[in-house]
Order: sequence, then C-alpha cells, then structure tokens
Amino acid sequence: MKKSKADPKGVLTGSHFMDGDYALAEGGLAAGCRYFGGYPITPSTETAERFSERIPYVGGVFIQMEDELGSIASLIGAVWGGKKAMTVTSGPGFSLMMENIGLACMMETPLVIANVQRGGPSTGLPTLTGQQDMMQARWGSHGDYEIIALSPDSPQECFDLTIEAFNLSETYRVPVFVMTDECIGHMHEKVVIPPAEEIELVERKWYKGPKNKYLPYKNDTDGIPFMVKVGDGYRFHTTGLTRDERGYPLLNAECQATCVSHLIDKIKDNADKIIHLKETDIDNAEILVMSYGITSRVSIKAVQEAKKTGIKVGTMQLKTVWPFPEKRIKELAGKVKAIVFPEINAGQVVLEAERVVGDKCKVVSVPHYGGWVHNPEDILNAIKEAAK
Amino acid sequence: MTEIRFSGFGGQGIIRCALIAGKALSLYGNKFATMTQSFGPEARGSACSSQLIVSDDRVLYPYITIPEILVSMSQEAYDKYESDLKDDGLLIIDQDLVKPKPPRGKIKSYSVPSTRFAEELGNRIIANLVMMGFFTAITKITTSEVMKKGVPGLVPDRFLELNLKAFDKGYEYGLETLKKGK
Repeated sequence: MKKSKADPKGVLTGSHFMDGDYALAEGGLAAGCRYFGGYPITPSTETAERFSERIPYVGGVFIQMEDELGSIASLIGAVWGGKKAMTVTSGPGFSLMMENIGLACMMETPLVIANVQRGGPSTGLPTLTGQQDMMQARWGSHGDYEIIALSPDSPQECFDLTIEAFNLSETYRVPVFVMTDECIGHMHEKVVIPPAEEIELVERKWYKGPKNKYLPYKNDTDGIPFMVKVGDGYRFHTTGLTRDERGYPLLNAECQATCVSHLIDKIKDNADKIIHLKETDIDNAEILVMSYGITSRVSIKAVQEAKKTGIKVGTMQLKTVWPFPEKRIKELAGKVKAIVFPEINAGQVVLEAERVVGDKCKVVSVPHYGGWVHNPEDILNAIKEAAK
Repeated sequence: MTEIRFSGFGGQGIIRCALIAGKALSLYGNKFATMTQSFGPEARGSACSSQLIVSDDRVLYPYITIPEILVSMSQEAYDKYESDLKDDGLLIIDQDLVKPKPPRGKIKSYSVPSTRFAEELGNRIIANLVMMGFFTAITKITTSEVMKKGVPGLVPDRFLELNLKAFDKGYEYGLETLKKGK
C-alpha cells in the first residue's frame, strides 16, 4: 500500500464554520477526489453545490447527471479513467443507485458515496433526518458482496471520515459509504482542516508490468488486484458477469465461488484493520450504549445523566458500521449486562448486535422513526430499564 | 450553555445572523457553537428561524430546547416563537416591526429600530447587522471585536464596510440602551 500526502490544491487548510454537507465535499477534495457526478436531492444538494463551485479550481470535473443511475455509472467510468470519484445523495437517489453499486462491487471499483439520510420510505421526509438506509447500504444491491460504511457524528467527522472512506476504497478496491444524515448535513460547526502535508492518502495500486500481461482480477500478495487506466494501452476486459482473472465472463459454479468469496473475504479478513470505533468507560461498564452518527452524540447526553444515578455506562461509537465489529462486541457481551442501541430507524443495526451476542447479554433497541433526533430522556430510560 | 433563536421573515438575513455569531464564537471566541436552521417550505417567505447553541463544552444535543435568548425581526416570527422563550430569558426585537405582548415572567426585553437605522445607512438589507451589533452589546456574549471577525466572508466583500458600519451603529445603540438602564 503506497501512501502519499494530499495535494495542497484541494486542501482548504484552516478553521471554518461549516455544515456537514460542505465538509463532505472538502473531505473529498482533500482526499484527491477529482470527479464528482451527481444529481441534486435534499438534504444532500449542498455537497454537490460545493463541488461544482470548487472542483474546477483544483483541476477536477463536476457533471450534473440526468439522474442517480447515471451518477453512479459515471463514477465507475471516471475511476477506470484514473480519477478518484465521489457522489452524494439521499434516500430515493440511493435506491436508484443500487444496481450500479453492485456493478462497482463486482468490478472492484474504488469510489465513495455519501448518503445524507432523510426519513423514508419513498419520498418520506425530504428536509428531516433519519438513519433508515443503514441496512440498504449493506444489502441494497442484489447478490453477495461486502462494502464498507462509515458514519460521522459531526461536520468535522464528515471531513475526516470522507478522507478515510477514500483511503479504504483505494486499499480494498470497494465502494465505501459515508452514511451521514440531514441533521449533520445542515448543521454548522467548527471544522478544522489540517495542512496538506498532514493528510495521508492511500494511492491507487497501479499495474506497471508489460501491456499484454495485465490481469485485472489477479490478486496481488495482499489479496487486492492491480488497476490500470483506460486509455493507457493495456488490453483488458471488465464486466458485471462472473469473471476469471482476465476479467472475461466464466459462468460456472467454481468461478462464481472464487469471484464472490473474494469480494467478501477481502473485507471480512481485514475487518480488524478497517473497523474504527470510539469507546469510552468500557472497563467495568454494566451497560454499553452503542450508536453511530448523530445518535452517538445525543446518547452521550443520556449517558452523562445515567452516570449521575450511579449506573456504570460505557459507550461505543461505530465510526465504521459495516463491516460490523463482531469480534469486539463478542468480547464485551460477556462482560456487560446489556447493550442499549438507539438509532433513528425502527431498529436496523441493532439486529446485528442481537445476532452477534446471542444470549450472552440483553440487547435493547431504542428506535426512532425519523424526523428528529432522539430525546436523550428516551435513551436514559432505556439505560435505567436495562440496568434493573 | 446558551440557547439562542434568531427569527424574522425569509430574506432578512436571519440565517446569516446565526452564521456570523457561530463563526465568531467558535473560531475566535474560544467557544463551541452549533448552528441549525429552519429548512424546507417553512423557511421560504414566512417565519424563518436559525438556532445557535453556545457552550464551553462540546454541544451534544444539536437542537435548542428552551432558548434563553430570542431575537425577533418580524411580528409573525415573534408570535410563533415567543412562547418558547425561557421565563427569565432575554427578548430582543426590531421595535418598528414587532409589537410585543405584555411582558411574561422575568423576561427582559430590549428593542432597536434596526431596519430604520439600516435605511438611514443606505440599505435596509443590512438591518440584520444592526441587530447583530445590538445583540452583542446587550447579551455581552463576546466582544464586538470578536463578533465582527465573523462577518468577512459571510457578506459580499464590496459591502463589508457598510455591514460593519451597521454593526457598529447597533452596538453603540445597545451600549446607550444599557446605560439608560432600559
């Protein structure tokens, strides 16, 4: 994995009072994103606006596509053309992207998709928050595959985690999702953008061998194949069909097993390296509050109150939601009495916690149907109930 | 922690008020500031509001609950939001645009002819900056120097000087108001 420093052209070094949507764009530009294709949709439009304003000045291209199907397709093209690429959307647009997200997974195309979540289903709540697309990010396209999804808790993390998303996507040649939400997207806070030389980026793994010897799906020693740029003279083929090392369709069970297990294992086997958690007061905790995104900060408010009543509470913020931190949760399940899991949906990621802990401890879902963040009191009551 | 709501009608620069204050306080005032705004159909034309939470620690819950300070620059916004204001809160209004109800609880009320002052300075569009000057003097949330640092970049460059003049006008009027004990 070759690393480099960020190109200062794209890095708006300094302190800013900025909303989460703009911070997504600045994170992308700092990470070297030089292609943005998208279709405006509330509450993510500001990210597209920011890209359209900024990317021409850093040598990149912005295209407003005809729809979200075109947006994600254009990203795949831009990446195989040699660029780092990103798009942003929300619920309905995310649904439209699903087919070509599968294509990106199958073609092992590194790209970043930010979803500024709003309440659903369907058109739902265009201007109000939700965290209801978490399972869709994981399972939305058909077939078996793995992706990576990160979830920021602030405009600052929108910036930081978008850079991390690009680095992970280049490392594992996989689409990476930044699953934020309307609340953070439209919330202004201080965002500190460091100097370019302090931002470490993962470079794409370019193939340098003879032009007629390139195999787009032959795994390197780290399990990840090399890439080339379309137009550089390498003769190769890539497709959505099950393919062999050469990228040619080979439609049988053996090839399917090799191809699909690779898409899954490259993420699963590296889960420890990918997963990024923030834990507080875990030792001696009797209750563990797990959450992600905006809900993780609202949870802290409830945790502070719970501690005043003498309950020992630890917190885990899932900066990485997918892959799910199974190993760590298994470790903790034997130690805590209960896991309390608030999220702004009817209870999605909590199902994973339930699956992983089995009967080792109680798992308490604190659902919220969207439109607003949790009232911290609801989380506090769940903590108190679980501690009984 | 202080919860503040700026309110008025769409086009008065209500969102800008919270942006200026949030930027000034979080970048130059050594505070944490989280700003949210009304978004969607309600933000267009009718009562418009922006919310700011200012704190010495990280803001965890992003929305205001019971604001301690309400700034109102239109009657509709005042009527809509006055009842949320804390019983011992601070009310700041444009006196020509808002006719307040009789005082409630221990609410302290201050008024400024911000739109009129702006018109005297040449453009009513800068009424929000007159209000920000007045707001800074009355609330003492930070110094006028710090608050003014929030302005560049949030108003068009060619009107920066005019906007700062408007701020000073409001600030001085605020100091006089405090001196008069009113």
